[in-house]
Amino acid sequence: QDNRISIWSAGDVGNVGLNGEYQGEPQLLCDIRHNGDVMDMQFLDQERIVVASSTGTVTVFRHHQNNQTLSANQRWEKAHYHVDQDTSCGGAACTGVICNNPEIVTVGEDGRINLFRADQKDAVRTIDNADSSTLHAVTFLRTTEILTVNSIGQLKIWDLRQQRNEPSQIFSLTGDRVPLHCVDRHPNQQHIVATGGQDGMLSIWDIRQGTMPVSLLNAHEAEMWEVHFHPSNPDHLFTCSEDGSLWHWDTSTDISEKPSFLHQGGRSTTYFSHNTINQSVVSAWLSNDPTKDRMEITNLIPNQTLSVNSLDILGPCLVYGTDAEAIYVNRQLFA
Amino acid sequence: VVPGADPSARQLCFAWGPAEVLVCETLFGRRGGFPSRREGGPGRAFLPGTLTACVAGTGEGGPSSSRLFVVRKDQDIYIQTLRKLFNESHGIFIGLQRSEEELAGKSRKAQLVQVSKNYRSVIRACMEDMHQAAILTRDPALHSQYSTQVSVLSAMELIWNLCEILFVEAAAAGPLLLRLLDWVRLHVCDVDNMVHEVLSSENPSKHELFWNVVDVFVLQGRMDEARHLLSKEASANPTLVNMYKILDDLMKKMPVPSLGNTQTLTEMELKWQHWHEECQRYLQDGTFASNSHMESICKILLGDEDAILEKKDLMTTWYHFLVTRLLYSHPTVKPMELRMDLFLGGESSPEPLDTILMAAFEFEMHQVIKECSIALSNWWFVAHLTDLLDHCKLLQSHNLYFGSNMREFLLLEYASGLFSHHSLWQLGVDYFDHCPEYGRVYLELHIERIPLNTEQKALKVLRICEQRQMHEQVRSICKIMAMKALRNNRLGSALSWSIRAKDAAFATLISDRFLKDYCESGCFSDLDLIDNLGPSMLLSDRLTFLGKYREFHRLYGEKRFSEAAKLLLMLMTAHIAPCSFWMTLLTDALPLLEQKEVIFSAEQTYELMRCLEDLTAGKSDKQKFQDDDIETMKVEMLRLALARNLARVIVKEGTLEGS
Repeated sequence: QDNRISIWSAGDVGNVGLNGEYQGEPQLLCDIRHNGDVMDMQFLDQERIVVASSTGTVTVFRHHQNNQTLSANQRWEKAHYHVDQDTSCGGAACTGVICNNPEIVTVGEDGRINLFRADQKDAVRTIDNADSSTLHAVTFLRTTEILTVNSIGQLKIWDLRQQRNEPSQIFSLTGDRVPLHCVDRHPNQQHIVATGGQDGMLSIWDIRQGTMPVSLLNAHEAEMWEVHFHPSNPDHLFTCSEDGSLWHWDTSTDISEKPSFLHQGGRSTTYFSHNTINQSVVSAWLSNDPTKDRMEITNLIPNQTLSVNSLDILGPCLVYGTDAEAIYVNRQLFA
Repeated sequence: VVPGADPSARQLCFAWGPAEVLVCETLFGRRGGFPSRREGGPGRAFLPGTLTACVAGTGEGGPSSSRLFVVRKDQDIYIQTLRKLFNESHGIFIGLQRSEEELAGKSRKAQLVQVSKNYRSVIRACMEDMHQAAILTRDPALHSQYSTQVSVLSAMELIWNLCEILFVEAAAAGPLLLRLLDWVRLHVCDVDNMVHEVLSSENPSKHELFWNVVDVFVLQGRMDEARHLLSKEASANPTLVNMYKILDDLMKKMPVPSLGNTQTLTEMELKWQHWHEECQRYLQDGTFASNSHMESICKILLGDEDAILEKKDLMTTWYHFLVTRLLYSHPTVKPMELRMDLFLGGESSPEPLDTILMAAFEFEMHQVIKECSIALSNWWFVAHLTDLLDHCKLLQSHNLYFGSNMREFLLLEYASGLFSHHSLWQLGVDYFDHCPEYGRVYLELHIERIPLNTEQKALKVLRICEQRQMHEQVRSICKIMAMKALRNNRLGSALSWSIRAKDAAFATLISDRFLKDYCESGCFSDLDLIDNLGPSMLLSDRLTFLGKYREFHRLYGEKRFSEAAKLLLMLMTAHIAPCSFWMTLLTDALPLLEQKEVIFSAEQTYELMRCLEDLTAGKSDKQKFQDDDIETMKVEMLRLALARNLARVIVKEGTLEGS
């Protein structure tokens, strides 16, 4: 197998054509070999990227912008492993990585949570057997707390300041324990968490209250691989799935004093009939009356064929990759 | 041919794997050595499910190392630059299968032509990439490999383009000729360099290649460009003005089949006849006698074979000759008999490309496909082309003797090749889906043999199986993953896999493992899992027991004794607990019996006693004899505790309240 980490340039911002499409294809700047499948990756800072591998190794790559090369900066071999008699294949896939410079947290199929610090050779902390099942994803809740999701449908909060190897809180789905594959936290309101499950269901949780999700939204027809709140526009949420679709969930609304029936026609979007006074306090995501508050959901992929495995958003740009070995860049997301 | 394997030196044995064949040298059977199991070292490529032992004789000849060969069926899929071809064409293929069949006539044809053009543009894009790669690489072997690939791809595009013109578009005779001319101009001549050279020179008409360029333009039917060049010559050479004017006029008046149907076939024929006669007259009059170049041009206009053949070197290929002849002999008539012998002169035998193109010109579709299959190393081309032709309803259902038709056969072969790749197998799934007869069977067999090295890959495979109701495969894959998890001590993962497969037997296995761990260590491992089983608890009885038993422990820990007691009793009386565990449960009842407060009611105590008696009665005498002291002591203690409890509870229940 020949897997590579590649850096691409998606063109200049000013290079936009008439209908808003980007001009030209993304250009490959540099790449480097990677051992094993890339399960997850994240930018640590402007130059460094942390990559999680299916062999259980976590690597930090540095992108040298002056001569456009990549080099392996640091590596933690066997960050994730199974205890196996035949140690020749003892590595366990590292399934998720999250960074908060300089800290790096990784989780894997071995149910282990590792806390690394960039430039430190050994792990700062390791929680062995944190979970009896596979941990699929991890994200930071606060600077000292992390959220993990696993394959028996549980959302767990871990407090890294405490020395005990137990989660501080466990949330689980009602009904069947469908595995959860991805998790993301609202950028501004830290009690709102979104998770995606194996059945394609999007769950919104309020971790201040209860152990069950606030709302369950039937979304995709297959595993939801990634969920992301837009970092600067958190009324927008994006999910991608094995069924080949990428959905844009939009709960933003026209801030308007007029009651809804006075609005002019023309726009086909539905809007809230919420009282505007409450709007700033109650987030759109937490309102659990689906008939009153509607959101606009759009599938961004016209001809879906194979799975969309991963996506990311920044500003007006959306990038996603599919199993058809294609990367798509959309630079005019809110046009 | 496997390099290095010599059947005369060593005996070879082999085993089939999902993608490859493992060939290994062995001395077994030669010197009577005995086989020894050896695990694969890091240098060898082992696949799950295939031969994992290397047989090495250690007989009299002393130990000798054996070598292992991994033989692959389809090398092309591993070429990095071709991956784009496979992926993009997959998208086009799916689009074609999903496109509406209801569109009839012209719109359907236009749609199919568009699909064909899409395929061709993918081939060209791939050719570009390959060309770039060839330029950038420094390794000469790689460079030659890439260059060969580029020429193969360009040949494929050439053939496909011709098939598109002749079969898919299948225009009427006039427009057909125009398409063929385009085809020739695009693919055949490398005249652009020559043209550029002449045009950019200071005095084009004095350039030595000037007449070559004019001839090429005429041969390719590019009249306007030829006339433009001739005008330069005329202006430079005033003595030729008259001749030039006549020739120019002839060329201008040449009837060309128009794309729009503004004239009927007979009209066109009449015009052409008339023009032909005019050219004939001028030639016979000797108008061009003084200038051999112009004379030969006139002869070409008349379709004189010899004159055209004289320009053999300019045309470079026989199909150019064919098209030119068509243009000038009778442009409204379908392709005539091929006179390739005239062109080649009989020395060289036709290349594979030539035979394919010949078959195409003779409208022998099946022959084209057959020749391509032989010539090309990979099924990609024939599979997609045949599928397209099938959609054009051009292939008769030509049943091959093993039941499926040609299209299906080729698609199956292509997709099977894809399955041997660690990542392109996903494309193969869709191809199998569109093979109505054998696709499903092939898919069922192939999908179980994909190596699953991460959970995510397993999930993708499972999703594919579930969408197609392949329950057998779902069960088998989940079992494999669950066993792997179990071996790695990931009980939660194992349970989650058995829940997905709704595999009760495996859930029982996992619960037994938990219970065993509990008995040995005295406490539960993985409480986060057992405490949160939820409805999945009902998957198997043993699992339900496990959940409930843990609940009992929790209740006890929270000092909710009467509830705990009730639960404990229920576990035994409702036969949720396995008999082997009853002793443990009864022992757990001891502390409850010994509490200051009476917990078990009389009824419950009687039940417990009955359980104990059932348990001891069930044991045979021999077992009782083998029971060690601890066992007998336990039973004794239980009996005593039960009796004491009974005594206390009878008194308590018999006492009137408040009196």
